[in-house]
Amino acid sequence: MTVLSLRGIAKSYGGNTILKSISFEAEAGEFIALVGPSGCGKSTLLRIVAGLDHADHGDIAIAGRDVSRVPAADRNIAMVFQSYALYPHLTAGQNIAVPLAMRRLTAMQRLPLLGSLLPGQRQICADIQRQVDEMASSLKIDHLLGRKPGQMSGGQRQRVALARAMVRRPSVFLMDEPLSNLDANLRVHARGEIVDLHRRAGVPTLYVTHDQSEALSMADRVAVMIGGSLLQLADPREIYDNPSHIEVARFLGQPKINVLETRMDVSGVVRFGGLVLAGENRSAAETPVMVGVRPEFVRVRADNGGMLRARVERMEFLGSEVIVHTRLDAIGGAVTIKSTPSEAASLSTGMPVGIDVTPERVMLFGRDGERLAAKPIGMMTALETANG
Amino acid sequence: MTTTSLSIGRVARLTVLSFGALIFLAPYIFMISTAGKAQSEIFSSSLWLIPQQWSYIENFSKALSRVSMSTLLINGVIVCALIFVVQVVVAIPCAYAMAKLRFQAARTMMVLVMIGLLVPIHATALPLYVAFDRLSVLNSYLALVAPFSISVFAIFLFLQFFRAIPDDLIQAARLDGMSEAGIVVRVVVPNAWPAITAFAIFSVVAHWNDLFWPLIVVTNQDYATPPLGLLYFRAAEAGDDYGALMAATLIITLPLVTAFLLAQKRFVEGITMTGLKG
Repeated sequence: MTVLSLRGIAKSYGGNTILKSISFEAEAGEFIALVGPSGCGKSTLLRIVAGLDHADHGDIAIAGRDVSRVPAADRNIAMVFQSYALYPHLTAGQNIAVPLAMRRLTAMQRLPLLGSLLPGQRQICADIQRQVDEMASSLKIDHLLGRKPGQMSGGQRQRVALARAMVRRPSVFLMDEPLSNLDANLRVHARGEIVDLHRRAGVPTLYVTHDQSEALSMADRVAVMIGGSLLQLADPREIYDNPSHIEVARFLGQPKINVLETRMDVSGVVRFGGLVLAGENRSAAETPVMVGVRPEFVRVRADNGGMLRARVERMEFLGSEVIVHTRLDAIGGAVTIKSTPSEAASLSTGMPVGIDVTPERVMLFGRDGERLAAKPIGMMTALETANG
Repeated sequence: MTTTSLSIGRVARLTVLSFGALIFLAPYIFMISTAGKAQSEIFSSSLWLIPQQWSYIENFSKALSRVSMSTLLINGVIVCALIFVVQVVVAIPCAYAMAKLRFQAARTMMVLVMIGLLVPIHATALPLYVAFDRLSVLNSYLALVAPFSISVFAIFLFLQFFRAIPDDLIQAARLDGMSEAGIVVRVVVPNAWPAITAFAIFSVVAHWNDLFWPLIVVTNQDYATPPLGLLYFRAAEAGDDYGALMAATLIITLPLVTAFLLAQKRFVEGITMTGLKG
């Protein structure tokens, strides 16, 4: 069931286009990560969904109801902010109770002193308190309820912020880089917790992050936004293995994908070193194209074989793996290779090496960055290419 | 405090500070001294800080009996409190809107506030006086309070402070279901105490000590504020009885001095105004 749907959301500030017609839908219980470099418009999009900002064009519907003109408070959306945005003058318990009190109690009942004399107020307050306690114990923050935000650590504040967002059972859950203020250890631990909470709540979640590993590890689907456009929305495996655009391919993956420029001839064949790819598109003239292959699908060999000849420039030892940076002899392009320590043991800086790629994992992109369909039709070693 | 040795630098610092403090306190100390002297001693050629004959009781009883000191003090409290409350009630929503809401007139309002900061009360005193006279509200609390109800200084001060409140906090409050007025009352004000305290000092001190405006609009002793009462006292009762005059002055400065001594720490906090930490 579609819970949240966005259609053609566009926004510009004083001539600067921030969002260019973003459309997508989120199913019930789905976790969607919006990922992209800073300034790509992902936070703006989140604020528009929340109703804190208004789109110039486009519609937002929650559970089938158009909420484009509905103020933030009436959308029943909860949001966790990067800075947590806890009320500094209230204790954790009071912070969590605020969204409930604002919804359940009337303005009269919220008045200090006088409010407690009104009928029903005591009952509602007890009910709110019970819900706050339940929420707190499920997040294991019972012991923090009496503390003010200033007396808590980053991780504790983050949990209180999560509790405040979840306690009112929102119809959509938004998170704006909630982990970026935590230290690295805590961040990895908190990832799992957020995913757990999301499963329990069963509410569609939009999670904004600039950290690709967060996006890939947590989300059901990842939406990559670059320059105000939604380039691809797919599940993590698909988006990593089959990026639809060179920018998506470049943004995801550590180390970055290798991209080398070459040309496609009129029959749609691309030759790159010893690799021959058949593109499905044909054009009247030779066109420039880009070949992309992820570092883990490139192998380095110390012998004379391999499709391409290169020279080792630099090696980074990372424990379980070694990143080998090489430069191609023929065209001077840089190729990064994810290698194993045992493989890399025989290598040294400046050494000539051969490079092999897994042909099936080579991707072809057009000059505009769009993915082109292509399949490998042949492989030759560098030596053969030189002779033929 | 840990035991600190008296290094040369520290001694020098303390000497300079003590000297400065002495210069600033000298008139007040002299006033305290004079309040305890008899008429003959004040005008004698010898100058002693400590009165040779203690006439405090005499002088204070003169000050208290010849002028209705309680009325003066109560008027002072009422006027200062009204001015302060109205100023805060007007300035906080205004500053909030200018700091956190986006609207067309924001720039124009900012310019108006700046212009307002540049215009002294003396420039508008005459038109205001004429207007109050036509409205027949001279000699009333209204005349004393109304001209100060909109304080551009307060708007400016709060504006600077509110700008430092994170936008996220305001937006979280909106998502939690608060109206804009609710945000001001429940989020902004509870976090703006340092700014409000700082402004309270400026406002209360300025209006407690103000002589200019009360002198213009008040001729009835029942509405006299402390400085104005002092003026009447000198003109009508004391003449050149400086002992009684100093005693009266001591009485009316006492509330501010006590307030400052009691809330010293908060005042300093308010003025240094360390920003809001979430």
